Amino acid sequence: MDWANIFTDATVAAVGPVAAAYALSAIGLNLQFGYAGLLNFGHVAFMMAGAYGLAITVDAGGSFWLGLVVGVAAAMALGMLMGGPTLRLRADYLAIVTISAAEILRLLVRSSWAEPATNSVFGIQQFADPFFDLNPFDPTRRYAIGDFAFQGRVLWVMVVGWALVGAAVLLLHRLIRSPWGRMVRAVREDEDATAAVGKNTFFLKLQTLMIGGALAGIAGMILAVEKQSVSPDAFQPRLTFFLYVIVILGGAGTVWGPVFGAIVFQFLLFFFDGFMQSAEAEGWFGNAIDATDAQQFKLVLVGIGLMTLMILRPQGFFGRRDEQLIGDTT
Amino acid sequence: MTADLQSVEPQPGVAKPDPVLVVNALTRSFGGLAAVNVEHLEFQRKTITSLIGPNGAGKTTFFNLLTGFDDADSGDWHLNGSGLAGVPAFRVARQGMVRTFQLTKSLSRLTVLENVMLASPDHSGERALRAVFGGWGAKERAVEAQALTQLERFGMAHMVDEFAGSLSGGQRKLLEMARALMVDPEVVMLDEPMAGVNPALTQAILEHIKSLRDEGRTVIFVEHDMDVIQEISDWIVVLAEGRVIAEGTPDDIATNEKVIEAYLGAEFGRAAE
Repeated sequence: MDWANIFTDATVAAVGPVAAAYALSAIGLNLQFGYAGLLNFGHVAFMMAGAYGLAITVDAGGSFWLGLVVGVAAAMALGMLMGGPTLRLRADYLAIVTISAAEILRLLVRSSWAEPATNSVFGIQQFADPFFDLNPFDPTRRYAIGDFAFQGRVLWVMVVGWALVGAAVLLLHRLIRSPWGRMVRAVREDEDATAAVGKNTFFLKLQTLMIGGALAGIAGMILAVEKQSVSPDAFQPRLTFFLYVIVILGGAGTVWGPVFGAIVFQFLLFFFDGFMQSAEAEGWFGNAIDATDAQQFKLVLVGIGLMTLMILRPQGFFGRRDEQLIGDTT
Repeated sequence: MTADLQSVEPQPGVAKPDPVLVVNALTRSFGGLAAVNVEHLEFQRKTITSLIGPNGAGKTTFFNLLTGFDDADSGDWHLNGSGLAGVPAFRVARQGMVRTFQLTKSLSRLTVLENVMLASPDHSGERALRAVFGGWGAKERAVEAQALTQLERFGMAHMVDEFAGSLSGGQRKLLEMARALMVDPEVVMLDEPMAGVNPALTQAILEHIKSLRDEGRTVIFVEHDMDVIQEISDWIVVLAEGRVIAEGTPDDIATNEKVIEAYLGAEFGRAAE
């Protein structure tokens, strides 16, 4: 088995554009779940709103740059739409509404009724040419640092993606250390107590839903631009749960947690992918596991890997142990 | 102020010389149970009024209604003449009426200092855009100094950096009072401030409640320990089954037969069953 190769491929994936998009989306989810305590189980819908906002705008004849604005606006509008009716209710209602709203949105986008705008299951392609026109790297070249090589095209998305992650980390850092951030954390601890001293908790929760949604929308656009393609089935509910894993792994309610979580998650995913493929090709499993099964089985290994990490460090990588021990009891 | 109340007739719904809070025809029922049904009630400014009654008398529901944490079926109530019916909880607090909770709500994973600083009103750094771009540092330092003063007052200055979740029950009660005072409220509503607190701390809390009145605030509090109430109340309102069955000075209430009947009857009657 070529361990060096598996390791290289996993590392390349861990710093690639998809990891950057996951990190950015996880930063948004972390603001909602880690800091404000909102159970948003439909985070993938915000990514979808961003990606489709961009793709549909360009497809309808608008410019790419207008599409970026529409994408962010669509994600924020979705936050308002979901939050408006549900944020006054108990936390679990938000979970129910968001998870179903995300599925409704995906099914709507892939329905034949929406086909004129969304092109249904086939999705929309080739909408990001103006972005790649600005590429300072040579798209036909491979840029390598040691064994780690990236296509010029991918490298461009990667650089922009991680720059956006950096900007989002800075934004979160400023927000959380401010009195605004103190209110957000107070809402997580006890909403009534926060309202009792004169804070408009509904508006605050709506704000976090919209800011987190905007970050997820931008993340969705990174995924869409990287592939030059959007399709509804790229936005399955399981992506939301991947993002929860990323947030918890890095440490919910920490600024750097989601970034670290995204890198580790992508690394494990591709490491076990490479491992299962090689192992299957070398006939380790005999007839018990074929190539398709190996694909599925990697997720089992990722799950075991994550469980091990959580047992070793339940507060996540950046989380504080003493803070976690206090828990939610009042 | 107490002198003013001496001349007030101890009748349910009686008018006070200088009411800060006036309640009219307030009702709230849960299914068939009328939890609160108050025809008329006035609270005298700058006094300590306690609300007593057997378990299930509707004291906490009454608090929740007045402070916007529950929706009344009908009725209205006014703070300094401005109507509060339908006003959300956070606005009630901004208008100067702040409450605490029977089950203390400390913000566990915030530090003691953060718990108190949170309550500062009109903080420019609480607007998301300002939060990012700065310009709230001076205000924040002023708020911190103010919070430290409050914490000192309640004897908690040595534990500012501890998580509120690590405090004892009594310390949480004190923390909640310190937090409420950051709003600089005119009316302070305390829901069982002595519940689950050790006797030594109970005395300290009583002193704090008196000092709130002495600095010109109106205190309304719920309690069911009669002895405690006799000692510090200027006026007592007795609730039973959601209604005001009596009100008066501690001396009036101590000798009121209706109260003894309702209070002891209800409690002892049930215990005997």
